[in-house]
Amino acid sequence: MFGGLLQYVISGLTVGSAYGLTALGFTMIFNTTGVINFAQGEFVMLGGMMSVMLHQAGLNLPAAVILAVAAATAVGAAVERLAIRPVRRATAINLVIVTIGVSICLRGLAMLAWGKDTLRLPNFSGAAPLPVFGASLMPQSLWVLGVTLLILLGLRLFFSRSIHGKGMLACAYQRKAAYLVGISVERMAMLSFALSAATGAVGGAILAPLTMTSYDVGVMLGLKGFAAAVLGGLGNPFGAAAGGLILGVLESLGAGYVSSAYKDALAFIILLVLLFVKPSGLFGRKSAERV
Amino acid sequence: MRRAILFLPLVLVFLAGRALAGDTIKIGAVLSVTGPASFLGEPEKNTISMLQEAINARGGLLGKKLEVVFYDDETDVNKAVLAAEKLLKRDEVVAAMGGTTSGNTLAIMGKFAAAGIPLVSLASAEKITSPADPFVFKVAPSDRHAVQKILDHARAKGYKKLAIVTVSDGFGQAGREALKELIAAGGFELAADEVYGPKDTDMTAQLTKIKELPHDAVICWGTNPGPAVIARNRVQIGLTTPMYMSHGVASKKFIELAGEAAEGLLLPAGQLIVAGQLPDGQPQKKLLLDYTRQYQEKFGGQVSTFGGHGYDSLSLIARAIETAGSDKPQAIRDALEKITAYPGVGGVFTMSPADHNGLSARDFVMVAIEKGDWKIVAE
Repeated sequence: MFGGLLQYVISGLTVGSAYGLTALGFTMIFNTTGVINFAQGEFVMLGGMMSVMLHQAGLNLPAAVILAVAAATAVGAAVERLAIRPVRRATAINLVIVTIGVSICLRGLAMLAWGKDTLRLPNFSGAAPLPVFGASLMPQSLWVLGVTLLILLGLRLFFSRSIHGKGMLACAYQRKAAYLVGISVERMAMLSFALSAATGAVGGAILAPLTMTSYDVGVMLGLKGFAAAVLGGLGNPFGAAAGGLILGVLESLGAGYVSSAYKDALAFIILLVLLFVKPSGLFGRKSAERV
Repeated sequence: MRRAILFLPLVLVFLAGRALAGDTIKIGAVLSVTGPASFLGEPEKNTISMLQEAINARGGLLGKKLEVVFYDDETDVNKAVLAAEKLLKRDEVVAAMGGTTSGNTLAIMGKFAAAGIPLVSLASAEKITSPADPFVFKVAPSDRHAVQKILDHARAKGYKKLAIVTVSDGFGQAGREALKELIAAGGFELAADEVYGPKDTDMTAQLTKIKELPHDAVICWGTNPGPAVIARNRVQIGLTTPMYMSHGVASKKFIELAGEAAEGLLLPAGQLIVAGQLPDGQPQKKLLLDYTRQYQEKFGGQVSTFGGHGYDSLSLIARAIETAGSDKPQAIRDALEKITAYPGVGGVFTMSPADHNGLSARDFVMVAIEKGDWKIVAE
């Protein structure tokens, strides 16, 4: 019995990390630009797919992953420069629609370039599961959880210590004031796209050995990531990560103890109930503070 | 005058078309060559055009040239219906093949039945031929036969309690219905009934639940990549009871995706993937080996059961035209229904007025995955 519960939590946390990393990307871009970027799931897909492609092309695993993340980061920056900046005066809803277009475009390009097959990446360190109190844990799950924590830590340092991080936070609080004190809001917007693409791509690469990857994995991850970001309180990066983990564990427990047929519905019902009770999300600031 | 000259080629083409109509036999094909079901429709189209060339190379049918009119429905029901209209009204075909998916077939079959043109579907849903419409046939095996094959094996092994885990799409839910019905009818006990989404990437929750319940074997029903994830999750959480997969994953791609975790899994499959291991007297063996070789020479890549459906649909119609000695739709229909013990890629077809599929559980073979390859399990 206890082994079962632990197993649900472990698999929930692993899947939840992916939701969390996607949610983190949503939050970073939302904070600096006010745009909800629906191409976030595609960044995750790019990270996974490019890792597989580079690895198949003969690169060793670490090099393939690093290169894939770098390439996805460049794609993220390019998306901001080519698709968002030219229409930055448009209303937020129009920008959101632009990002949906970008996501369809990226997905289509990936399908044409790499085909429709599902692909997999080898495990980073062995495929033998580790027994933990009657449950079993894949070494790759440790990688996923560890890397997620590292990214969170890194982002916390970036936002609290570095001048760029502080600049991005300034844009989040008051764009006009940020302009006035000499922060290039445009550079910050590009930086936020690049950073969230990198975060998403890392997520895609570390998950690819566990969940496999294909050109269309971004659709579902994007939706779940968005739900996680809302659950954690849109605008709070750590809330987003926590939201992802909570969503993952809820889904897993729901599938285990209630019914796997209603797994997705269950997670979203909890999300809806929460939003009725606490519209700003679990860890969201009161909206009055974000005028 | 100028204008009249412009029309001249059109008139010529029209006349030529009329002149040729006398010595060609036109058969239509509505296939999902692009779109989500292209992994089915593309090999189907390749195979049909390959077989068309082969038939014409050996002198055509009844001394006439065979012409297959292809339409791509892009896996879209509306386009499939439009294509069916075109085949019936403009191309005036004497028989047709398609659609690729069950949904598209169900949408177009009424039109062919009403027009009195025989249609051979490449999709698997039982609703297509049960109850049997006089003009509608299908070549893909029914889920029921695959389920039957699995249950026969389970009974021989003495398994009593069976857990099922199915995907929540059309294929999985049709399989789930058949599994639940036949498990109850066969005197087995349904130990667990789990479901997963077609895009899900982690099924440890479902498998953990099954692991905690008493059961003798697990049956998983889905198409790639879900079952590959399940195979890997199964090893990961240390689920050691035997696992059956459906015929939906009978391709090398599945072994590739599941890797080591595929070892020891059992599934019912068409004879095509194990053609080399069949005994020499097997009626399909030569056909299967020839088809595999020709397809690989012409198109490269792996042969699939789906391409086999394309082969069977045209080959059955061609056979019916030859035995009937006529290319009239009604004669083709009557001859299709009388086809007996005719070896195809998907099995040995024996049609009857009540059975417009002509296959049975015998046309599946139980295979196990050993060292990354298929191996026929002794019965």
